[in-house]
Amino acid sequence: MIDQKTVHQIAALSRLHLEDAEAVRLGKDLEGIVAYIEALKALDVSDVKPTSHVLDVENVFRDDVPRPSLTNGEALSFSVESHQGFYKVPKVIE
Amino acid sequence: MKIPEQTACGLMQKIVSGELSAARVAEEMTAYARELNPKTNAFVRFHDPSPSGDGAVSLPVALKDNICVRGCPATCGSRILSGFVSPYDAGVVERLKDSGARVIGSLNMDEFAFGSSTETSAYGPVRNPWDLGRVPGGSSGGSAAAVSAGQVVWSLGSDTGGSIRQPASFCGVVGLKPTYGRVSRYGLVAFGSSLDQIGPFTRDVADCALLLRIISGFDDRDSTSVDRPVPDFPRLLGRGVKGLRIGIPKEYFIDGIEPDVLGAVREAVEVFKKAGADVREISLPHTSYAVATYYIVATAEASSNLARFDGVEYGLRAVPDKARKAAIVDMYETTRQKGFGDEAKRRIMLGTYVLSSGYYDAYYLRAQKVRTLIKRDFEKAFEDCDLILSPTAPTTAFRIGEKTSDPIAMYLSDIFTIPANLAGIPAMSLPCGFDKAGLPVGLQLMARAFDEETLLNAAFVYEQKTGWHKERPSLKGA
Repeated sequence: MIDQKTVHQIAALSRLHLEDAEAVRLGKDLEGIVAYIEALKALDVSDVKPTSHVLDVENVFRDDVPRPSLTNGEALSFSVESHQGFYKVPKVIE
Repeated sequence: MKIPEQTACGLMQKIVSGELSAARVAEEMTAYARELNPKTNAFVRFHDPSPSGDGAVSLPVALKDNICVRGCPATCGSRILSGFVSPYDAGVVERLKDSGARVIGSLNMDEFAFGSSTETSAYGPVRNPWDLGRVPGGSSGGSAAAVSAGQVVWSLGSDTGGSIRQPASFCGVVGLKPTYGRVSRYGLVAFGSSLDQIGPFTRDVADCALLLRIISGFDDRDSTSVDRPVPDFPRLLGRGVKGLRIGIPKEYFIDGIEPDVLGAVREAVEVFKKAGADVREISLPHTSYAVATYYIVATAEASSNLARFDGVEYGLRAVPDKARKAAIVDMYETTRQKGFGDEAKRRIMLGTYVLSSGYYDAYYLRAQKVRTLIKRDFEKAFEDCDLILSPTAPTTAFRIGEKTSDPIAMYLSDIFTIPANLAGIPAMSLPCGFDKAGLPVGLQLMARAFDEETLLNAAFVYEQKTGWHKERPSLKGA
């Protein structure tokens, strides 16, 4: 059961502000979808290993050699606000 | 030159023989694409023509708006990426440019590829060229509609749960999702990282083989890219299907498939039988669990991938309307509220829920285990057959607005395409007829991992014997 308290908890974890009407609507949708995915509980998977990567390959690391990348200025040029080579954000600590 | 009737291979022949100049082809096609766009809304923007065009394949190409092109915006159909301009080319874009292709624009899509109808785009819905009152499918609806309408001879899309094949089916074109790892995803905005693949949309199978060859290959900037040789797909067409074992999964022929879709697919089976294929029934027992598994795995990955859109490094930043000074968390939450549309919020919330403490084992871990069962179904099935045949989607294109208020009905339109993503195998959709309303029906073929060759070869045989791909849409309807 996904009540409004749960909806607001998930929204906070998701870093989403929700207006009240939006929270009610999303709560209803989520309840329907969660009821649908409950179907998986019908299967016995106690002896099954989970699949997180679908091919039988191992992670490959490339050689640790420096390559050209974005400059500080290029990277910052896409941000809304920057200051002396850093991203600028609203206050973190009150 | 009748633009909507051209194929890439056909145009290249005419360019090589001197009948047409590459520059003229590019110019005329781009003009045609612009002229037609108010009808389809397939393009979200046109780029200044890239300066290349002298290579082997100097044709215009357009890309789904989640593939990065240097110096051009990439918005994923979302407000949250407004203002973003990509500082680099995606791996596939480098390969296209190296081959001489001209990237002429970006194509509309469901927001962050979340959808099956291209109705969740911040740029408004794409219209299906066969009936402008209907959806083109999704999420790569712009990529499918643009090729179908003739705005571009070929395009790229991405497929996480059917987002290439289902719109290809709805728009009457060829669409292929390669094996996971075959095509570099460097520069593709991530949705479901264990599922996403970039793939081609074309008007016929020969063009599909060529475009797949161009974009395939190892890229050390994508840690899931697989280092193995890329076959010369176009040269491998035309071997016939005599003796090829084609499996028909009984679980895919369920209630709810439209009779005309079923009829067209059954006729396709007869075509393969007559061509000498050995058609047999197979079983994929966990099929009915695929959609639920997918909506756990894909949304979990999406909620994590979309955490990066926070108003700091790029894209939209918004603060609360109220006058009080906003702290950083208020900025994050307001940016994401204003930047994401409804479906993106639904999926971020669902993904966060299934990953959250207390629910992780019950949903996410369980879904990963069921994914193993689905993958095993395919491994077992491919012991008895070389190719699996099914409808691409249970229906033909539905009306704009028909399913927007029912998320689960929308999710179920990917019921036959999702399993291939969960198993990582290659799959394609090709035109196999029309329903009574004149809307295209798609045939899906699936093969073993890295066996795109068998897929393309069988599709080529079918296409040669039927000719459905030659039909062109009316571009009419409300």
